[in-house]
Amino acid sequence: MNLTPVGLEHYLVVSGLMFSLGLLGVIMRRNLLVIYMCLELMLNAANLALVAMARFNGKLDGQIVVFFIITVAAAEVAVGLALIVALYRKRRTAHVEDLTAMKL
Amino acid sequence: MSDILFYIFSGLVLFCGALVILNRNPVNSAMFLVLTIISMAALFVLLHAFFLAAVQVVVYAGAVIVLFLFVIMLLDLKEEQRRKIKAFGAATGILSVIAIVFVFWRSLAQTSLTTVPVMAEGGTLDLGRLLFTNYALPFEILSVLLLVAMVGVILLSKKDLK
Repeated sequence: MNLTPVGLEHYLVVSGLMFSLGLLGVIMRRNLLVIYMCLELMLNAANLALVAMARFNGKLDGQIVVFFIITVAAAEVAVGLALIVALYRKRRTAHVEDLTAMKL
Repeated sequence: MSDILFYIFSGLVLFCGALVILNRNPVNSAMFLVLTIISMAALFVLLHAFFLAAVQVVVYAGAVIVLFLFVIMLLDLKEEQRRKIKAFGAATGILSVIAIVFVFWRSLAQTSLTTVPVMAEGGTLDLGRLLFTNYALPFEILSVLLLVAMVGVILLSKKDLK
């Protein structure tokens, strides 16, 4: 087997595929928590692209951005899960198709 | 050697990522998300981002997933029952995913990626120096953001939400 040496493109392809997987999950799944997990997948895909760019361009700034993204994602998960719990207390469901209060 | 490791771990990332969205049980999804994140940390190590790999394992696999599991336990979620998937929704969903893959593919094919010979090393020393000189203000803003998130979560999880 003759494989080309791994470069920036390889990492970007993996990142793109991972992002598409996350997007597919967000669209197709109906459970609020699983949708949230797929959002984490998408954030991780963006992180991978940023770290690869930082590595192959010789600048560390991309890694700083990833550090910030990880921190913001942690805060976002805490707030989002609190919202889901509050919603579950009121409606007794975590299924997006049962949440139709804003439907005309 | 690192090329083989790249193929192993990227395959693992994609495989576990697919299992996250294919599993019906939310607990299994969370477990496969842990595997995805740890494989991602291995990819970070291959990119010489050692500090970020450690942060990834500690913050994501350690804190975020535990939070997810707590909420799954709290809500007592059962396996997702099979519901009829609306054909229109599924079709538009798959169409949008295909569209975004196409956009990625086109943009990757059309740009010539330049790489420099001296690659970045993401050691803790260099990263910390950059973080506390050039990026000191965003760092402080981020600490305020964490405080806001903390206060917001406490307010949201009060029993009598007015």
